Amino acid sequence: MLNSNGVPTLNQVLSRFPDEKALIRPKAILECYEDIPCNPCETSCPFNAIIIGENINTQPKLDVLACTGCGICVTSCPGLAIIIAQLVGDKAVFKIPYELLPLPKKGEIWLGVNRNGDVICDAKIESILANKKQDHTALITVSVPALWIHEFVTIREKDE
Amino acid sequence: MISKDLIIIGGGPSGLCAAKTALESGLSVLIIERNPNVGGQLVKQTHKFFGSKDQYAKTRGFDIAKKLISDLEGFPNLEILTEATVVGLYRDRVVTVLHKDKYVRYQAKSIIVATGASEKFLAFENNDLPGIYGAGAIQTLMNNFGVLPGNDVVMIGSGNIGLIVSYQLIQAGVNVKAILEAAPKIGGYKVHASKVTRLGVPILTSTTVKKAIGDTELKAIEIVSLDEKWQEIPDTSRKMEIDALCISVGLSPMHQLLSMIGAKTKYVSELGGFVPVIDKNYQTTTQSVFVCGDAVGIEEASSAMMEGYLTGIYVSKHLNTAHRKADDLIKYYKEQLDMLRNGPFGIKTKTGLNKLKEGIHDA
Amino acid sequence: MRINEHPILEFPKKQKIFFMFEGQKLFGYEGDTIASALHALGIKTLSYSIKENRPRGFYCAIGNCASCNMIVNGIPNIKTCITFLEENMIVDKQSDKGVIK
Repeated sequence: MLNSNGVPTLNQVLSRFPDEKALIRPKAILECYEDIPCNPCETSCPFNAIIIGENINTQPKLDVLACTGCGICVTSCPGLAIIIAQLVGDKAVFKIPYELLPLPKKGEIWLGVNRNGDVICDAKIESILANKKQDHTALITVSVPALWIHEFVTIREKDE
Repeated sequence: MISKDLIIIGGGPSGLCAAKTALESGLSVLIIERNPNVGGQLVKQTHKFFGSKDQYAKTRGFDIAKKLISDLEGFPNLEILTEATVVGLYRDRVVTVLHKDKYVRYQAKSIIVATGASEKFLAFENNDLPGIYGAGAIQTLMNNFGVLPGNDVVMIGSGNIGLIVSYQLIQAGVNVKAILEAAPKIGGYKVHASKVTRLGVPILTSTTVKKAIGDTELKAIEIVSLDEKWQEIPDTSRKMEIDALCISVGLSPMHQLLSMIGAKTKYVSELGGFVPVIDKNYQTTTQSVFVCGDAVGIEEASSAMMEGYLTGIYVSKHLNTAHRKADDLIKYYKEQLDMLRNGPFGIKTKTGLNKLKEGIHDA
Repeated sequence: MRINEHPILEFPKKQKIFFMFEGQKLFGYEGDTIASALHALGIKTLSYSIKENRPRGFYCAIGNCASCNMIVNGIPNIKTCITFLEENMIVDKQSDKGVIK
């Protein structure tokens, strides 16, 4: 339960996912479930695909058609509350924010973790982007089996 | 005695912003800071800030500090004194300072007290054992000095500071075993909570620490569950082995200096405890002494900055050298503050500020 | 217990500073406070409470609580959490109100 352990319900998560058909292209999943004064996602989006408006306490909404899944909002969100999701064949491909060391390397297999912090699957590291503009928030592209599309949220290093 | 138009006590975000608008109005400003550096708590904040562009959203705290400091470059009428503690404040606006080993006296036309807040403490058995730290202390150790507080930590308190510092501990390589929250729900932003839950940190609500265990250093804690009346539920005690305990149970406005001049205070729990009584221009009940930032009510750095800019302008008006854009800027910063306080987290602050503001002045 | 690598911050190698603690020669680095240098070496007890002689350590790190009071170069009640470490400092644990000789 979001209020007691920071974990949104499946319904809350689903409410932020566009139609599965839309996920043939990568789309931003805006998991900001609370009214807090904040709008860097809106101001960073080069395609004006995120709408908050004048009252910056409003939760952001995605213009699904305008979103290209570029991931700029992912590394702009101070709450690390945005991921990019896409369905590619039998895989779900995500772009996630990552601010820990060590950074994963391309091709490595890490653990896929859900919002509760539980390991759910293996996650293949496809690419890592860490440029200066991201200000130390790396953007990691990861692929997991498609069935985890609504569960996967981050990666964890495998124990030796 | 050295004269200044404005002395700002406290070089944190609120004080630095007040200095900017005051300097823009042509006032001579002295900032007195007891730490070796200005920037306040921002210098150890490694996370990206919220708010809008004007509050430097998505900029890391320590970078915001650098920006606020660089904003003050080039003003000839600015003096900053660091490693300087104000030891005396007088109603005729004399300020006495211990600067390293020297005792210096200043005469100010106006004063802004921007001394921020101090961390609250928690009462439990053996709470004085080495290995028990305030959250700010953990941030200072890790982010300023690069020293680890321990290997296995429990965090007490799930407000924004507790959640953020837990995340920073993980970034530093420390194992955060749990976050304990006495209330039945998380106190801070849920996005902060989600960030740590997905990293495997359990947040245990309705749970608190009963006792710290160890001879000369912390070795373990005993925790218990609480019912809706905040009472210990029998037989729920369990032990957690840790070498560091972090206490993050809220902040208290720190304005004790004002007691030296008899400025009135009022107890407003929504603002964090006793706060100075102010009028709508942030002036205390002592003529020409103002206060802004956390010292007049616990909020976020974003509000402290907006209040700082505002108070600097109010002081310029008070001294009859009004900032040339005074009216526009006052309107603007007030709108920013309203916006920051517009969401559900702002209700408490707005309630508190309503309880507080009254306009009483000395003759 | 120093952090070597950090995802956001840089901790460049700094100049070593030697000091004496309870008769032992130890070292910290430039930029350390006395308390942070001791903490990095695993020394957590900095002083003792006046009545009950209970061990006290680093708590607030900001000069508010006085838990870190130690005797430095013979002067008591030094808030070691906000006092920079200097070469050849003599640091001792304090267990009384502080006697200025």
